[in-house]
Amino acid sequence: MLQYVSKRALSMVLVLYIVITATFLLMHSIPGGPFTTEKQLTPEVLRNINARYHLDDPLWKQYIDYMGNILKFDLGPSFKYQDRTVNNIIADGFPVSIQLGTFAVLLAVPFGISAGILASLRHNRPLDYIVMSSSTLGISIPSFILASFLIYFFAFKIKLFPAAMWNGFSYMILPGISLAALPMAVVARLTRSGMLEVLSQDFIRTAKAKGVGKGLIIYRHALKNSLIPVVTYVGPMTAGILTGSFVVESIFNIPGLGRYFVTSIYNRDYTVILGITIFYSALIVIFNFLVDIAYVFLDPRISLDKKGDS
Amino acid sequence: MSLKKLCSLMLAITMLSTFVIGCSSTASKVGVDKPLRFGQLAEPESLDPRLATGQPEMQFLLQMYEGLTTYDANNNAVPAAAEKWDVSPDGLTYTFHIRKEAKWSNGDPVTAQDFEYAWRTLLSPELGSRYAEMLFYVKNGEAYNSGKAKAEDVGVKAIDDNTLEVTLQEPTPYFPQLTACYSYFPVHKKTAEADPNWASDPKTMVTNGPFTLTNWVHNEKAEFVKNENYWDASKVKSKKLEFAIVENNTTRVSLFENDQVDITLDPPPSEIERLLSEKKAVIEPQLAIYYYDFNVNKAPFDNPKVRKAFTLAIDRDAIVSKVTRESQKPAAAFVPFGLPDMEQGSDFRKAGGDFYKDNDIETAKKLLAEAGYPDGKGLPPITLTYNTHEGHKAIAEAIQEMWKKNLGVQVELENQEWKVFIKSRAAGDYQVARDGWIGDFPDPLTFLSLLTSNNGNNNSHWKNPQFDQLIKQAKTTSDPAARIKIMHDAEKLLMDEMPVMPIYHYTVAYMIKPNVKGLVHTVTDYIYFKEAYVE
Repeated sequence: MLQYVSKRALSMVLVLYIVITATFLLMHSIPGGPFTTEKQLTPEVLRNINARYHLDDPLWKQYIDYMGNILKFDLGPSFKYQDRTVNNIIADGFPVSIQLGTFAVLLAVPFGISAGILASLRHNRPLDYIVMSSSTLGISIPSFILASFLIYFFAFKIKLFPAAMWNGFSYMILPGISLAALPMAVVARLTRSGMLEVLSQDFIRTAKAKGVGKGLIIYRHALKNSLIPVVTYVGPMTAGILTGSFVVESIFNIPGLGRYFVTSIYNRDYTVILGITIFYSALIVIFNFLVDIAYVFLDPRISLDKKGDS
Repeated sequence: MSLKKLCSLMLAITMLSTFVIGCSSTASKVGVDKPLRFGQLAEPESLDPRLATGQPEMQFLLQMYEGLTTYDANNNAVPAAAEKWDVSPDGLTYTFHIRKEAKWSNGDPVTAQDFEYAWRTLLSPELGSRYAEMLFYVKNGEAYNSGKAKAEDVGVKAIDDNTLEVTLQEPTPYFPQLTACYSYFPVHKKTAEADPNWASDPKTMVTNGPFTLTNWVHNEKAEFVKNENYWDASKVKSKKLEFAIVENNTTRVSLFENDQVDITLDPPPSEIERLLSEKKAVIEPQLAIYYYDFNVNKAPFDNPKVRKAFTLAIDRDAIVSKVTRESQKPAAAFVPFGLPDMEQGSDFRKAGGDFYKDNDIETAKKLLAEAGYPDGKGLPPITLTYNTHEGHKAIAEAIQEMWKKNLGVQVELENQEWKVFIKSRAAGDYQVARDGWIGDFPDPLTFLSLLTSNNGNNNSHWKNPQFDQLIKQAKTTSDPAARIKIMHDAEKLLMDEMPVMPIYHYTVAYMIKPNVKGLVHTVTDYIYFKEAYVE
C-alpha cells in the first residue's frame, strides 16, 4: 500500500508538471495579451506595465520564476484584478463553490444511487421506465435550460426562491438542482446497470438459495459490487462540481470559482488561467487517487500493489 | 452550447415570466433609510483611482471619491473638492483652491498634497498605471512616465495645504472637465504610503466622496454607507447604497423584475423594446459612436472616393430600426450628439449638421464609377472583419447585403475573438473593420483627436498633416468660439476624406424604478448617487 501511494504521488506530481508546462506555453501562444485593450496603451505605458509584472523577461525566465513561486504556493498577482492575487481569488471563490458543490453532490449521489437501485429491482416495469426516462432527460437537458426553467417556475411564478445572488441557503437550492441534475442522472444509470449485472450473477443466486434476506442481498452482495463504475465516475465529477460551473454561476450570479475558468481566458489573465488550471488539475488528480483507494474497500479482488495481497 | 444561446433562452423565459407576474409595483412611502440598490455591470478591476480603467471601477469610484471638479446634470464641470480655480492668461497654469472643509472618511482634511501625491504616483513608471495617458495633459507627465523626467518635474505642485498649482503641457480649455474623471481623484497620502495594499480591503480604504465602502464581496455585491465626514453631507440623501455585481445581462433583468435592484444598466438588446413598452427602461443618448475603419493603406480603400461610395451606400435608418433596435441615431458625421457648441444650450452636432445623405445610392454609384469601378466591376474581393459577437454580426450581415445590392460588391465576413481582433485591427491587418469609441470627456476632441496621425487608436492608419494641425490648434486655442470653429473645420476635413464610416451614435438603456429620484446621469455615462434616493 505504502509503495503504491508513493508511486502514485510521484506520478501525480509529474502530471501536474506537464499540465503547468503545457498551459504555460499554450497560453503565451494565443494572440493578444492581458494588456491588449480596445483603448491602445502608449508604448511607454505598456513598457511600464510589462516591467511591473516581469512580462519583459524572456519566456524561459518567466517560466522558471513561475515554477519557483509555485513551490512556495504563490500563484502570483492577477493582471486584471489589480488589487488581488490568484491565491485571494481562489480563497474567495473556492469556499462558495465548495458549499454549492457539496450541496449538489449530496443531491446527486444519494438520490442517484437510490433511483438506480429502485429501477434495477423493478427491471422493465413502470418504475424502471420512469427513472430511466427522467435520467435521459437529466443527461440531455443542458444546465442552463434547467436553470432558466427553475428560475421561471420557482422564482417568478411561485416566488419560493430568489432569482439570483448568494445570500444564504435559500439561494443555494435552484443552482444546486441545476448543477446536480446531470450527475444524478448518470449515477442512476450507472447504478442500475451495475446492479442488473451483479443481480444476474451466480453468487447472488447462491445467496438467494441459501435463504439470505432480500435487503441483505442488495446491500451486502449486489450494491457494493455494482458501485465500482459509480465511484469511478463520482471521483472526477466531484472535483468538477466543487470547482464550480461557469454557466450556473453566471446565471445565478454566484461568486464562485467556476466563472474564472472562462473569463480569465477572455481576459488573457495569465496568472489566473494558470493558477486555476493547476488548482483544478490538482483536485482531479487527488480525487482520482481517492477513487483508486476506494476500489480496495469495495472489491476485495482489487489490489493496489502489483504483487502480494491486500 | 454557447452563451448566446443561453442568453436568448433566458430572454424568452424572462419575457414569459413577466407576462405571468405583470407589472406589480408596490409604491410605499419609505424615507431615505431605504437603501438604494444598483445592479452593477461587472467586478471593478481596482478601487485605487490610479489603477482604475473602465466603467465598472468608475461606478464605484464616483460614489467613493470626489475630484477637484464634478459634473452637474447638464454635463458642466462644477466645483467639488476645489471651491474655485484660476487660470493664467496663457491658459497653461491652473490654480485650484481646495475647500478647507473637505475631509477624508477618517476625518483628515483633504489637502493639495494628496492630489499632488496621487497624480505623481499615477504617472510614476513603477506603478505601471494603465491610464497614465489620462494625465499626459499635465506638464512633463508623459516625460516622467517614460523615464525622461523626474517626479519633481511634473507640473503638479502643492503650494500649501489648500492650493494646488497645475501646469499643463499645452493650454487645455477642457481641463476642468478632465479633473472630474476618476484618474484625477486624490489618494490619502499617509494611508497609501504606509500600506501598498490599502485599496484591496474596505477596512483600509480612506476616501473623500459622499459614500464609504463598507463591504465588498468580489463578483457578488458591495455595500456603502453615507460618509458623515463628507463636506457636502447635508445634500447626500441615501444612508446606504447596495450594489449587486452582476455580469450576466439577463440575470440583471431578472433581478430588476424580481425587485432585487432599483436601477440597472445595459439590458440585453432584444429585451429593450419590451422593457420600454412596459416603462421599465429609459433610453438616453450616449457620447459614443459605432463605426467602421477603412484600411487607407490598402487598395481599393486608399482612394477616398471608394471610401465615400461605401459610406453612402448603406441604409443606417434600416440598421437602427430593424437590426439593432435600441433607438440609436443614424450617424451622418463623426462627433455624437450631446456636446455643447458655441452658444449656451446649443449642440455641436446640430450646429455641424449632416455631412452626407443616408442611403444615397445614386451618389455612391457615381463615386465608385469615378474611382474606376463602375458597378463594382474591377473591385478586389472585400473582407469585413468584426469581433465575435451576435450584435456585430447582425450589423455586418446587413451591411454586406446593402453593399452587394447597392454597389454590386462581393463582401466576405470574418469574425475574430476579441483580443485577436484588437491586435489585427491595430496592426492594419484588415480591409474594413468594426470600431467604436466612447468619449472620455464632454468635448468634441475626445472623438476628433482619435484620427490624428500618431494616435494609437487611429485604426484606419489615416495620416493627414492638415488635420493634425487643426487638432493641435483646437487643443491650444483658448478662445471658445474660435476653438469650436476649428473643430467643425476638422470634422469637415475628416468627412471629406472619410477614413472611417460612421454608422450610428449609441444610446444607453437603463432600467430604473419610478420611485428613484435625484440621480445624475451624464452624457459620459457617469452615474452619481450623491443626491439619489428611493422615495
